[in-house]
Amino acid sequence: MKMVVVAGTPGSGKTSVLMHAVKDLLRSGRSPALVKIDCMWTEDDARFRRLQVPVAVGLAKDMCPDHYAIYNFDEMLQWAEAQQADMLLNETAGLCLRCAPYPDKALAICVIDVTTGPNSPLKVGPLLTTADAAVMTKGDLVSQAEREVFRERILEANPGCRIIEANGLSGKGSAELAQLMASWPDISGEMVLRHNPPLAICTLCTGELRISKEHHRGVLRHLDGFMEYTGE
Amino acid sequence: MSQAIEIMPLTLTIQGGVDKDGHSDAVSEIEIARGEIIGIVGPTGSGKSTLIADIEQFALGDTPSGRRILINGLEPAGEMRSNPRKKLVAQLSQNMHFLADMSVEEFLKMHAKSRGKDPGLADKVIALANTLTGEPVNPAFQLTILSGGQSRALMVADIAVISDSPIVLIDEIENAGIKKQEALRLLAGEGKIVVVVTHDPMLALMASRRIVMKNGGMTKVISTNEDEQRVFKDVERMDGWLTSLRETIRQGEVVA
Repeated sequence: MKMVVVAGTPGSGKTSVLMHAVKDLLRSGRSPALVKIDCMWTEDDARFRRLQVPVAVGLAKDMCPDHYAIYNFDEMLQWAEAQQADMLLNETAGLCLRCAPYPDKALAICVIDVTTGPNSPLKVGPLLTTADAAVMTKGDLVSQAEREVFRERILEANPGCRIIEANGLSGKGSAELAQLMASWPDISGEMVLRHNPPLAICTLCTGELRISKEHHRGVLRHLDGFMEYTGE
Repeated sequence: MSQAIEIMPLTLTIQGGVDKDGHSDAVSEIEIARGEIIGIVGPTGSGKSTLIADIEQFALGDTPSGRRILINGLEPAGEMRSNPRKKLVAQLSQNMHFLADMSVEEFLKMHAKSRGKDPGLADKVIALANTLTGEPVNPAFQLTILSGGQSRALMVADIAVISDSPIVLIDEIENAGIKKQEALRLLAGEGKIVVVVTHDPMLALMASRRIVMKNGGMTKVISTNEDEQRVFKDVERMDGWLTSLRETIRQGEVVA
């Protein structure tokens, strides 16, 4: 079984890029199964289902969607196994950029939208810096020079990563992406995350609605950067 | 300095793929030699930009058109396709504006770095851009505030100086608001292969051949014959006249 985690900000084109890659994978005789993780609602599964591949949806609801994905990776793999798939493709919800839900042995792909400007690769954090490949989308909306500057910025953030220029509308780059997925080694044994999830253990995590500082306990960080533990 | 582009391509070959309905291109192969300007013509949506994109990424049957691009008759190596330092292609696209939130100078230095060139070239790009546009570009300007004409001039100058590559792709230069013949001359340089998408009679007739696109496919190749070359002389004269009229009106004077 191979495992691919596709992460990236909302609207960056994860689903479209993945749809084209799935078509290429099917053409080359692979059997991918897809799990889409989202927060409250998604209709991406309907798009994926049109490709005639096994599709499952996970809605994280009150849980952080990346933590939810990580917590359920085992279950996703078992499900993919039961679908007789040889590859699990997991598309993340893509939200706060602080978590990188990449297991060490999976192929980690970060989809990143060129129109967000050349500073965005520096803002994305571990989602990009710990990825194996960065997929640049919407490059047709900018000049070649701007694409090249963006590429340079990605390499500044993650010098070793493979960069694929893709277009979710035309399907450009999907063959290269599918090839990379198919050539990735199978997963085996115990997996660990590449990057530690953030410290997020405070009263807000458990549902406190009041805003003032006096109501909050836990590991908390002040605007000036001072971090402290308050509580029992 | 790097010895980046030692391998000057001699020929660029486009091998046919399929149109939007999956029918084979009527033009099965076209070979373009150094020093040639070749046009791409056809109505909106006929696949001109797709053909340009195929060339830009050196398609190897792995794009929706299924076309293949060969350099000197061979498939280009992977590095040549993606690494800007090894890229043989410079492209001027239809995009008239920058989205990058950076200053002109910072952007150009970064671009020079991405191509493995001297960041000092930034000044040269700006100076050249200012010969193409009536509104001077200042190195400290943010890219996003530049006008269409300024952006276009900067993109052209950037290609001539920083992306100086043996193959130049141009998508619709006539929409520019800059001096188009001068821009084309700059981009074409010496002994380059120039592929230009155009509906402009003058630019189309400047090309020695033009590929005709329809429904995503390459339907035929027309060589510019002697009659057309005669027409070109007339068009050139007319264009010069229109340009001077435009300048008169722009300067707030009365057309005599």
